[in-house]
Amino acid sequence: MSKYKMHLLVCGGTGCRASASDAIVENLKKELNNQGLDESVQVIMTGCFGFCEKGPIVKVVPDNTFYTEVKPSDAKDLVEEHIIKGRKVERLLYKDPVKKVTVSDEEGMSFYKKQLRIALRNCGFINPENIEEYIARDGYMAIGQILSENTPEEVIEIIKASGLRGRGGAGFPTGLKWQLTRQTKSDQKYVVCNADEGDPGAFMDRSILEGDPHSVLEAMAICGYSIGADTGLIYIRAEYPLAISRLLTAIGQAREFGLLGKNILGSGFDFDIELKYGAGAFVCGEETALIHSMEGKRGEPSLKPPFPSVEGYLKKPTNVNNVETLANIPAIILKGHKWFSSIGTEKSKGTKVFALAGKINNVGLIEVPMGTTLREVIYEIGGGIKDGKKFKAVQTGGPSGGCLTEAHLDVPIDYENLLAAGSMMGSGGMIIMDEDNCMVSIAKYFLDFSVEESCGKCSPCRIGNKRLYELLDRITQGKAEFDDLARLKNLSEVIKDTSLCGLGQSSPNPVLSTLQYFREEYEAHIIDHKCPAGECKALMVYSILEEHCVGCTACARACPVGAISGERKLVHSIDQSICIKCGACFDKCKFDAVLVQ
Amino acid sequence: MSSVKIELRKDQVDKIRQIAKTFKNDPGELINVLHKCQGEFGYLPAEVQEVVADELKMSVAKVYGVVTFYSFFSMIPTGRYPISICTGTACYVRGAEKVLAEFKKQLNIEVGTSSPDGKFSLSCLRCVGACGLAPVVLVGDKTFGRVSPDGVKDILKEFEEM
Amino acid sequence: MDLVKLNIDGKNIEVPKGITIHKAAKSIGIDIPVLCYMELKDLNIENKPGGCRICVVEVEGRRNLAPSCSTNVEEGMVIKTSSLRAMNARRTVLELILSDHPKDCLICAKSGNCDLQDMAIRLGVRKIPGQEFAEMSTYRLDTSPSIIRDMDKCILCRRCETMCNDFQTVGALSAVNRGFQAVIAPAFEMNLEHSSCTYCGQCVAVCPTGALTEVDHTPDVISTLNDPTKTVIVQTAPAVRAALGEEFGLAPGTLVTGKMVNALRRLGFNYVFDTDFAADLTIMEEGTEMLNRLTKFLNGDKDVKLPILTSCCPAWVNFFEHQFPEMQDIPSTARSPQQMFGSIAKTYFADKIGVKREDLVVVSIMPCLAKKYECQREEFSVDGNPDVDFSISTRELAHFIKEANINFMELENEDFDKPMGESSGAAVIFGTTGGVIEAATRTAYEIYTKKELPKIDFEELRGLDGIREATIDIDGFDLKIGIAHGLGNARKLLEDIKAGKSHYHAIEIMACPGGCIGGGGQPLHHGDSKILKARAKAIYKEDANKPIRKSHENPYILELYKEFLGEPMSEKAHHLLHTHYFDKSKKKFQI
Repeated sequence: MSKYKMHLLVCGGTGCRASASDAIVENLKKELNNQGLDESVQVIMTGCFGFCEKGPIVKVVPDNTFYTEVKPSDAKDLVEEHIIKGRKVERLLYKDPVKKVTVSDEEGMSFYKKQLRIALRNCGFINPENIEEYIARDGYMAIGQILSENTPEEVIEIIKASGLRGRGGAGFPTGLKWQLTRQTKSDQKYVVCNADEGDPGAFMDRSILEGDPHSVLEAMAICGYSIGADTGLIYIRAEYPLAISRLLTAIGQAREFGLLGKNILGSGFDFDIELKYGAGAFVCGEETALIHSMEGKRGEPSLKPPFPSVEGYLKKPTNVNNVETLANIPAIILKGHKWFSSIGTEKSKGTKVFALAGKINNVGLIEVPMGTTLREVIYEIGGGIKDGKKFKAVQTGGPSGGCLTEAHLDVPIDYENLLAAGSMMGSGGMIIMDEDNCMVSIAKYFLDFSVEESCGKCSPCRIGNKRLYELLDRITQGKAEFDDLARLKNLSEVIKDTSLCGLGQSSPNPVLSTLQYFREEYEAHIIDHKCPAGECKALMVYSILEEHCVGCTACARACPVGAISGERKLVHSIDQSICIKCGACFDKCKFDAVLVQ
Repeated sequence: MSSVKIELRKDQVDKIRQIAKTFKNDPGELINVLHKCQGEFGYLPAEVQEVVADELKMSVAKVYGVVTFYSFFSMIPTGRYPISICTGTACYVRGAEKVLAEFKKQLNIEVGTSSPDGKFSLSCLRCVGACGLAPVVLVGDKTFGRVSPDGVKDILKEFEEM
Repeated sequence: MDLVKLNIDGKNIEVPKGITIHKAAKSIGIDIPVLCYMELKDLNIENKPGGCRICVVEVEGRRNLAPSCSTNVEEGMVIKTSSLRAMNARRTVLELILSDHPKDCLICAKSGNCDLQDMAIRLGVRKIPGQEFAEMSTYRLDTSPSIIRDMDKCILCRRCETMCNDFQTVGALSAVNRGFQAVIAPAFEMNLEHSSCTYCGQCVAVCPTGALTEVDHTPDVISTLNDPTKTVIVQTAPAVRAALGEEFGLAPGTLVTGKMVNALRRLGFNYVFDTDFAADLTIMEEGTEMLNRLTKFLNGDKDVKLPILTSCCPAWVNFFEHQFPEMQDIPSTARSPQQMFGSIAKTYFADKIGVKREDLVVVSIMPCLAKKYECQREEFSVDGNPDVDFSISTRELAHFIKEANINFMELENEDFDKPMGESSGAAVIFGTTGGVIEAATRTAYEIYTKKELPKIDFEELRGLDGIREATIDIDGFDLKIGIAHGLGNARKLLEDIKAGKSHYHAIEIMACPGGCIGGGGQPLHHGDSKILKARAKAIYKEDANKPIRKSHENPYILELYKEFLGEPMSEKAHHLLHTHYFDKSKKKFQI
């Protein structure tokens, strides 16, 4: 980076690119060129900064000015004002909604204050398409170090001592997994990176692969050295074209630099990496299903044991880790297991990346030490609930997780605590819900997902989830009976207890947790035929407020079924027996005279 | 899965053969081969699957079994402007369902089908990783963020005129 | 052998390491119900998807329940097979399966013989909660010449898929779709008829429900029998007599030849004949063809096609027509016994009794479903009139006997009619794997050497191993014989031939496990290979008891050649008793 005296880092994450960050880069380059600054100022498209809510982000280095919600047309101002005149472009700086002050750098922003970025350490700092930038931030130093100083057993001991656990779901200790694979004798072993992020609402793996692909490649090589594998495979969603292209670029560069391939760094260790493409099946996040999919088959899970560490890809011992888990590895090697295990709680070490989304002010990708409370995440980092609404629930762990309530806000986040509260860490989706979200509908939404993603191999998951969905659907329609709640519970428990793989074993979690914490909401649907959140259409009653109605007839004209009657300039009324609850009258009324209950 | 009947030309058959060959005709590479074929044809008609099965020396039933397992593979051609509505959780809680309903209404087609003129097709996908922009709609490669039901008309208009 | 100690339902036991909880429990008399699981031990077939989850048990210290069919025992395990939790789960899972299964048991072809029905009876299911709102997965009914697929009744046990792919390597069926819509189907969910299905019927034989059943031709047979203008004759395949008794509660392996003949007469067949007669005829033709090829080979003819492959199994014929069309010239051109019988019946015999071809109806009783298709092949008809009109399975015959109020158990033994009811012991053993080649060897030996066999039984050709081989000394010439049963095993031999690695002179191939005794039309063996062994034993017993044990000594066969055919491989024989094959590999799939 030496030749330039200034760098403009433009976020190239999916969210920001969707908001034209490509054009920002282009315009910035054009402006710099016009001003003859293209030799001294460099524009770099980086990985995700995490603060997606305020994207696209442009950061100026070395003064660390952090611009938010930048548009391509802002390029001129950024160059002319900030770079030439040295004046910050005030209007593009972040304004703290609570303190009402303008903040010019990340340190001053509550979104970043409580974060600790290990897995995301390079995202937003380097150009992911340039291996030299990764190397400049100590990249490939960890592999170099272990190849010259450590035996494979020692590396495994380091990872074990660090306390790192799998970030993709159940939290299995990573070092132990490596050890089990190392122990299996075989002429061929494989390292597999699970990049089949399928959790709706989680995109950390994608961000890491797009923002810092080399850290994953390096970690895979370290794993390969430790378990005795010379081949790495990355199983990645075909729907992630940018991540794929960056990975391919990174693999190519690493080969060129002798960091992948034969005899890495002259150590005699061979390791190379290939990509395998997923094709849209959530169940392939389960490692046996993933392996079958990599073998070109239907991604159906199979019974464990045998575990992949004994019999995996092509029946050879295989170690499967997810992207975020791997991204931690080089940092652990370089900074030591003591450093890593000093972060977090007793049984959950290090940090966790969460994709914060839903009804929250600061949507984005965050990384916090294990043990951070939900309150800190939601109210400090997340900036609280959108539009000043009331917090209702937070759903963690995706379709396998559960919904937690206000009572859990001060629970320190770690594997055990989330499990005890009826949810799970999962891959780290964190969806915030406010008073307008109906919890029965949320459970139904997740069941709909599980029904669609069930592979169909085992009957409890194939048929059971369908029946759960049907029950929930009847509840949201106001057609359920009180006994159905007991059925819902029994069915959920049996599905969990008898399903073949993690998908079915956890798919009823959204039902069970909402049933536990929001039972009165279920009862309201069943007994009172009301949806307290007002989300369930079938349970809504539209009526006309006499005092507001001016008799403009707009609603009657909009009604598709002719349920509204009334003379011009006279108060209208809705015939409930005809009304289909489409909401057209509500949308059309300019006088707030249509009441929805 | 519904499908469309076509006749493959010789150069198309050769293309599939060539794709299979780059993967050493290894049945373990079936999914990669199917990806490439879908890239080539835009979808995976039965006739393509037959050639793939032949080339990889596996039963066409198994190929079909794989094609129908993965939601990324399709046996019907997509529209010139494939519309995908993200129904990931973040988009869902911010109203993706209403947006989807509006697209269905405007285009008068169901999810997984195309408009009669072949211009638009409608599908759902799970999380594109742009949750900050929820609800998100993709038309081809173009991403639309914070889409409201009212905005659907404008999106369609953009492509109607193309 | 390593042993592990564990506790099941309060009993401490010691069992071999590596066995499943299900087997360990069974060893102490605890019968945990299984549904999708299937094991054909001697044939190395195991279907263990762990999918139905009926067999779940509670294992102390384990978070969730364990499927006992596919979870191995471990030292110190404490297992409860009938705890409240396990029983509730088992019942709930069964209710779920039933909630997606039609309830028309009364009129289902599998009623009374259905594993799912048995399970519902065993668990005493009386109500399926929420059934009235439950969506059922439905599929198009698919009727082929042999097999009916009613996938509404499929419970995804995957047994058919295992048989079709792993054992038979036919690949007609696969799991398709996902989740609630997942089902077993041919490619593109097209009809079986347009797929590479061989109609071996092994899918039907293992299907636990009414999802896969045979096409029932009994009604056609009944109406023909009641047509006064028709003379109806029946032929019974050798394997039928060794299994039919099972349908009437007799122990597997009980021979019921005499009762069966009596029953068929009572059903109204004008002549009760034996496919074995045609089996002897097959040996005359196929044996001669084999000798001809061998003689040419021994005389240095390099172009002669060896090994010669048997051609009496119709599923096997379908298999090579689909999968190895380039090898059409290797199998014997001899028609199967069923078709030789039909051909001779509608010419020689029809003339003999003075009945016109179109007034003679030939019905076959077969252990096989592919025979239904075979008799419908165009090349086996004359001016649209088939040589064999209807083929019904052993199971269909049993139903027919019951329906006709015949008390099978009380029937006296009767003999087949002459001339086409007479057969040798060599013909009887056609019903089991290795039998055809043994029969052929008996005849070929004596014709070639012009000496009497010192020992009629070729023990070395018998058994249940999937691929067997033997070398027979024929007067100094080492005849190398290969035997395969199961099309997967056949494929291995064919690949060898294709690669020029085969050293056999003759190969017998049967599509079904155990040969015809394990045919797709036989009484269901529910995965018990002991039943197959008992049937094989019965077949060899019948052979041993026959006064004539070599095909070329059957006097009625000799008479047939003398009066009608001339000699084996004569032009007339060629016309009536031989066939040709088709390339079906390029058959366009019809969607």
